[in-house]
Amino acid sequence: MGRIAALTRNPVMIALVAMLAIAGCASKKTPNNAADLGLNGAGAATPGSAQDFTVNIGDRIFFDTDSTSIRADAQTTLARQAQWLNQYKQYAIVIEGHADERGTREYNLALGARRAAATRDFLVAKGVSASRLKTISYGKERPVAVCDDISCWSQNRRAVTTLSGAGS
Amino acid sequence: MKSILKPLLMVAAMATGMTAVSTLPALALVELNVNKGNVEPLPIAITDFQGGDALGAQISQIITADLKRSGLFAPIDKSAFIEKITNPDAAPRFDDWKVINAQALVTGSVSKEADGRIRAQYRLWDTFAGQQMSGEQFFANDANQRRVAHIIADAIYERLTGEKGYFDTRVVFIDESGAKNARKKRLAIMDQDGANVRYLSDGRSIVLTPRFSPNRQEITYMSYESGQPRVYLLQIETGQRELVGNFPGMTFAPRFSPDGQKVIMSLLRDDGNSNIFAMDLRSRSTTRLTNSTAIDTSPSYSPDGSKVVFTSDRGGRAQIYVMGADGSGQTRISFGDGVYSTPVWSPRGDLIAFTKQTGGEFQIGVMKTDGSGERILSSGFQQEGPTWAPNGRVLMFFRDSAGGPKLVSVDLTGRNEQSIPTANFASDPAWSPLLE
Repeated sequence: MGRIAALTRNPVMIALVAMLAIAGCASKKTPNNAADLGLNGAGAATPGSAQDFTVNIGDRIFFDTDSTSIRADAQTTLARQAQWLNQYKQYAIVIEGHADERGTREYNLALGARRAAATRDFLVAKGVSASRLKTISYGKERPVAVCDDISCWSQNRRAVTTLSGAGS
Repeated sequence: MKSILKPLLMVAAMATGMTAVSTLPALALVELNVNKGNVEPLPIAITDFQGGDALGAQISQIITADLKRSGLFAPIDKSAFIEKITNPDAAPRFDDWKVINAQALVTGSVSKEADGRIRAQYRLWDTFAGQQMSGEQFFANDANQRRVAHIIADAIYERLTGEKGYFDTRVVFIDESGAKNARKKRLAIMDQDGANVRYLSDGRSIVLTPRFSPNRQEITYMSYESGQPRVYLLQIETGQRELVGNFPGMTFAPRFSPDGQKVIMSLLRDDGNSNIFAMDLRSRSTTRLTNSTAIDTSPSYSPDGSKVVFTSDRGGRAQIYVMGADGSGQTRISFGDGVYSTPVWSPRGDLIAFTKQTGGEFQIGVMKTDGSGERILSSGFQQEGPTWAPNGRVLMFFRDSAGGPKLVSVDLTGRNEQSIPTANFASDPAWSPLLE
C-alpha cells in the first residue's frame, strides 16, 4: 500500500498508469516490477532495464472472458517480450496470472494459473529458457482496475511478466 | 440433549421440582417444509432470565435474536407481556400468554455458582396445551455467557421444530480491509451471529478459503505466505500451522473429509490445469482423483464420505460433477443455463449448494445430488461461496456490494435473508459443525 501511495504521488508514474489504463475507468496500479524497483521515471528508460521492459516492451497481456488463449495482440506483445528477454538473459522471470472478479474464487485461481502457464509456454516456444520462468496465480485477488464494469474487468484478465533475479 | 461440552459446559436434566426433560418427540409446534409457501413464524414469548443482573436480560436477548433470525419464530415484544414472571420454575398464568398469542413461552434463571461458573436454566412452555415442553440447565465458564444462550436457543429450536439447531456454532471467514487492489486479508473466527471475533492471521499474506475440520479444532485454508500459494492446516487454539503436503505447484480449494482424516484439494499441474487430490493426514499419502486437462476444483465430500462433488470446465465451461471418493464414475450433474461452481454437499446429504452465473448475475442455489430439482435462493450482482449450517437448513455466503463483500445467510425457502454483522468487509465464510 505504501507503494501505491508513492505511485500516485509520482507524476511520471501517473502518466505511465494512464498510458496503460483503458480509457473510461479509474485505475490504480498494483505494485509491479517498475514500482518495485523504485524507479524515479526520470528520463528515458535505460535499454535492458526493468523500466525499459515495462514501458517500451509492455509487461502484460490481456485475455478474453473465461479464456486462456493468447490473443493476436497478446502474441505481438509476447514476441517482443521474448526477444527482449533473450537479449537480457540476466533476469529471472515470474509470470503472474490474474482473473477478473466475474468468477468464483477457486475457479479463478485455477484460471489465473492456466493463463500464466499459457503465457510461459508461449515465451518458451519463442526461445526463452524454461528454467528462467516461474508462474504464480493470483486469481481475482489483485485487480489492477477497481471499478465494476467491463472496461475494468478486461484489464484485470491479464498475465504480467515480472522481472527478478540478479539482473534486476 | 445429548451434548456434553467438556470442559467448558455441562448439561443436566433439571433436578427436583421440575418436569423431567422430555425424551419423547412430542408434536413439534413448527413445521419445517422448505417447499411450502409461506412458513408462518411461531409467535413466542421469551422472558428475561431471572437473576444475574444484566446477564439474565442478555441471555434472553441472545436467544431472542437467534430464534428471530432463523425466520421460524416471531418473538413477541416484551412490552406486550401481561404476566411478570417472578418464579421461572412455577407454571405461568397460561391465559395471560394466550391472550397475546404467545404459543410458546420461555422462562429461565441464571446464577453464579460458588466455583465461579454460571448456571443457566430454562423452561419451555406450550401455552395453549398449558404444559411444560422441556426444561434443562447448563453450566458454563464465565467466558462462555453467550454460548449458554446459544445452547438454550438450540434446545428450544430443536424442541419446537424437531430439527437440530445451529446457534452454538462458529464461522471462519476472511476479514478484508484496505483498497480493493491491495486488500488486506486476515483469517478470522466468530460466533455465527457475528459476536466474539478473533483474528487468526496478521494480514501480511493473502489468505483464502478457510474450512473447519469436523471436530471444530482445526481449519484448512490457503495462504500465499511462502510465495507460492499453498494449503495449510491451523490448530485454532494453539495457533500451530502446518503445510499440507509438499507439492511442486500451487495447492488450493481444500476441504476436510467428514471423518477429518483427509484433506481434499486441487493441485496445479505443470501444464496449467488443476486436478483433485486427497491427502491422508496420518500417512501423508496422496491419491489422485481426477486426471483431466481441465480445471477440476472446489471438491466437497458427501457427509458419508463415499462421494465427492466438484467443479470442472472439462466440458467447455465450469459445471458441477460428482464422482466416487476414489475418483470413479465422474458424472456431470448440472445442466442449467449458466456456469456453475463452488458446489458444497449438504450435511444432511440431500442437497448440493452452488454458485451459478447466468444473465450477468451470480446466484446461490441448491440442487438434488443427481442435479435435479434446482432452486435459486438468492440472486445478486456479485455473490458466491455458500456454506451450510450444520442442520442443512441455512446457507451463508458473501455478497460484494458498495466497495466490498459482506456475509449473508439465507434459509432453504429463500425467503429469509439476513446479513451477518462484521466490523470490516468479510468473505469466504465456512460454518462449523455442531459439537457431537
